[in-house]
Amino acid sequence: MPINYILPEFEVRRDYDRCICCRVCERQCANLVHRYDEDAGKMLSDESKCVDCQRCVTLCPTRALKILKNENSFRENGNWSARTMTEIYRQADTGGVLLSSMGNPSEMPVYWDRILINASQVTNPSIDPLREPMETRTYLGAHPSEMRRDAEGRLITSLPPHLELDVPIMFSAMSYGSISYNAHESLARAAAELGTFYNTGEGGLHEDFYKYGPNTIVQVASGRFGVHKAYLEAGAAIEIKMGQGAKPGIGGHLPGKKIVGDISRTRMIPEGSDAISPAPHHDIYSIEDLRQLVYSLKAATEYKKPVIVKIAAVHNIAAIASGVARSGADIIAIDGFRGGTGAAPSRIRDNVGIPIELALAAVDQRLRDEGIRDRVSLVAGGSIRSSADAVKAIALGADAVYIGTAALLALGCHLCRSCHAGKCNWGIATQEPELAKRLNPDIGYARLVNLVTAWNREIKEMMGGMGINSIEALRGNRLMLRGVGLTEKELEVLGIKHAGE
Amino acid sequence: MKRVYVNEKWCLGCHLCEYNCAFAESGLSDMVKALKGRAIRPRIRVEERGNVHYAVSCRHCGDPVCVKGCLTGALAVKDGAVTVDRKRCVGCLTCVALCPYGAISPSEDGPMQKCELCLETAAGTPACAAGCPNGAIVYEER
Amino acid sequence: MLREGENGNRIPSGCAISGIFSRDGERISGEKVMRSIELMHDRSNGLGGGFAGYGIYPEYRELYALHIFYNDRAAKDDCEKFLEEHFDIADQAKMPVQRNPRITDVPLIWRYFVEPLHTKLAESQLDADEYVARCVIRVNSELAGAYIFSSGKDMGVFKAVGFPEDVGRFYGLEGYSGYCWTAHGRYPTNTPGWWGGAHPFALLDFSVVHNGEISSYDANRRTIEMYGYKCGLLTDTEVMTYIVDYLVRRKGLTLTEMASVMAAPFWSTIEGMPEDERERHAYLRRVFPGLLVTGPFSILLGFSGGIMALNDRLKLRSLVAAEKGRTVYFASEESAIRVVEPSPDRVWSPGGGEPVIFTLDKGASSCR
Repeated sequence: MPINYILPEFEVRRDYDRCICCRVCERQCANLVHRYDEDAGKMLSDESKCVDCQRCVTLCPTRALKILKNENSFRENGNWSARTMTEIYRQADTGGVLLSSMGNPSEMPVYWDRILINASQVTNPSIDPLREPMETRTYLGAHPSEMRRDAEGRLITSLPPHLELDVPIMFSAMSYGSISYNAHESLARAAAELGTFYNTGEGGLHEDFYKYGPNTIVQVASGRFGVHKAYLEAGAAIEIKMGQGAKPGIGGHLPGKKIVGDISRTRMIPEGSDAISPAPHHDIYSIEDLRQLVYSLKAATEYKKPVIVKIAAVHNIAAIASGVARSGADIIAIDGFRGGTGAAPSRIRDNVGIPIELALAAVDQRLRDEGIRDRVSLVAGGSIRSSADAVKAIALGADAVYIGTAALLALGCHLCRSCHAGKCNWGIATQEPELAKRLNPDIGYARLVNLVTAWNREIKEMMGGMGINSIEALRGNRLMLRGVGLTEKELEVLGIKHAGE
Repeated sequence: MKRVYVNEKWCLGCHLCEYNCAFAESGLSDMVKALKGRAIRPRIRVEERGNVHYAVSCRHCGDPVCVKGCLTGALAVKDGAVTVDRKRCVGCLTCVALCPYGAISPSEDGPMQKCELCLETAAGTPACAAGCPNGAIVYEER
Repeated sequence: MLREGENGNRIPSGCAISGIFSRDGERISGEKVMRSIELMHDRSNGLGGGFAGYGIYPEYRELYALHIFYNDRAAKDDCEKFLEEHFDIADQAKMPVQRNPRITDVPLIWRYFVEPLHTKLAESQLDADEYVARCVIRVNSELAGAYIFSSGKDMGVFKAVGFPEDVGRFYGLEGYSGYCWTAHGRYPTNTPGWWGGAHPFALLDFSVVHNGEISSYDANRRTIEMYGYKCGLLTDTEVMTYIVDYLVRRKGLTLTEMASVMAAPFWSTIEGMPEDERERHAYLRRVFPGLLVTGPFSILLGFSGGIMALNDRLKLRSLVAAEKGRTVYFASEESAIRVVEPSPDRVWSPGGGEPVIFTLDKGASSCR
């Protein structure tokens, strides 16, 4: 029998004085960790299968359960962490590429936490959002460069197609297949109620959701899954996915066992076949090819919908964005390296890409230097964790932000990062009907609405504190930010001063 | 009149409703004290087979068969809800046999028991609905 | 000496403004507006004062009047070399001033009446205004020690570090006559010692005096700089003047349309408007989102043939207007109007975001 090098990562600690043997933990764990032992007359747990999803902990009616890090430890080593060592054991066992889910969890700098926001005092009054109008309405799209007047000298008020958002927050792309039908329904209904948009991701659009079309961004990714005429026409905007923050340079991956029933039909591929998106779009090998696709999509939808191009934050993001801005795209979405994913090779997720804060600042500045910032709107994503992150992103230059992980957290995700196993205990990243049932969209959509509403209120409070009452005046307003504990170079890239200056 | 309704689509078969019911009925403030080491006899029960789960409790029928069949008049309709007068119940089990939903069962000490919408419990509102983690059980008027 | 713009210094300030406009073109001396701004002495702290006068150079009406500060002779020589290469200089002289113990650290101040050199203008394929504007921006951002603080036709800006009434006397404004005067007294929260930072700010014949502090400053600056402007002073007045110049001169918007961009009504207000007004305001707001100005401001914009007063949407700074016969008055305080016009025909307070525009009567010329 080969040696099992993979030791349990967690310990299940049960307070037996509190446990009433209701067996809810047993019934609700998809990984079969808990069981009731008749002979012993108590609950027992097999911690080797635990992924720390916190389902049992949250449902236990007497709060008898805790999941702890397994105290069993390797000898301390500043260079070889337990995680690194275990990853090598895994690869020695299987010969496979390590897969991870959700965003990069490593200890890299989080610039949002090093940036501070201003408030008005004495020389300029702050504004009270409870008593004065405070506008967060945002339009995404291109701006015309010429004013035209009719014969009577009146302005001709035609504009290129825009997305109108009541709040500067949208739901980021998460494909049907990587997340469940119920998760999509929650996102769609929340987007409709909030007056914002959600994104189909590269899994196509289920026909039950066409009715939410006016609040849907349909994505065209390298695999072109689910892309057909009605799909393009159903959405309010079309997003060409050139890259994703969590895995720049490669395409999506949905294992064959998740491609069943509706997933297979919506993606337009046979059941059981792996849905592996190619790394590049095979008809886009250069910027001029992108321009061709942008205009093909516009022509196919009669120039009535804005086209978004989503790019991952990589080293020369500023130059790439400049090219995209000149390719006819109306909106550029930049996805930072902390962005989430249903499944990605661990090495790519953790080592490829750059932080969204730096990418956003660089792109916004480059587009202004070239005088083309008003040709596109910018959307930033890749770990926007709070309304403060959103305000900082807008002040750095974004028109709006995309939230992915935050939305899933609102739906019940506990970031156990086991999505790729397909056994999400919260009904989000799974296609098993018994598990998907756990996400009731009536509850899910209300939680999403609550989250975004709360953030919008906080954004208004912060804006009021800065003496701003319309969000346009916050966009790119770098003087409202100061850095703390950042190097000269970091401050320079972010384009902000240090606190105290 | 508001009743407890179960949406089978969302019932996960977790059985939390049963434990919340038993706890509410105990009248105690601490769930561990109320339920530890005891076999519960909840007034709502989850019936299940395979992947189908459904919690069953008294429907408070408009024309209750159990009331008609009760030998001693222990079962009666009070403000629309069907209730049991524990002092009158003699344990003949006629109502248990008659109820088409199997909603009545013997309590620990003898008289029959069934869901009475938590009208007398500390909770004041049906504990099963309040404690359902997935919105499967609701307390509403239809 | 802390200079605005140097090392990214941004100096906020509270202030006083005043303005007088003769709708029939009657030219009055600068004395009146000096008396008006003097009354509001306590709104300034002596660290900046200035005036703009229109119709003051009737004998050179078609030429651009450049007023320039020089730190030293070397800067003057460099700048004059540039001017000679780009302009036909009809007249140049030291700016006449009357020394005053309360105005110190006086730089070299010179005045030139110029027009673009014909050959250079033709080569550049620009119209004269754009040519002059670009030259001014170039001198101000590239020639250290030289600063052009006025560049319009038949108008001029006079400013310094000091109380406005002292500044006015320093330049002898009681001896100038114009059909429009605006004045500004500054109360900065720092100690700038540099004259160029005082207000008004002017480019071509647009001059702005401003009381307020805009919270949208950096958003506005980073937008307007895309179009070739350089916000070297990092002051609100500078960026607002550039926005006016861009929208009115380069984009051809009317003053009312420009006001609808800078002080755009709230969406809830726009939604309540009749259809074509609604479309127009929504269009302007959506095309120029980066030029929306938030934060308290009250400005007097002077231009050839007219004056405009504008407040921010929430009216967070005072601005009073009055009329007597064919003369209109504006000031931060009613008392400043009454001290020069004790019995106006009417006095009112313009609403937040509402532009108040007066232009010369038809047939009135600026040469009475």
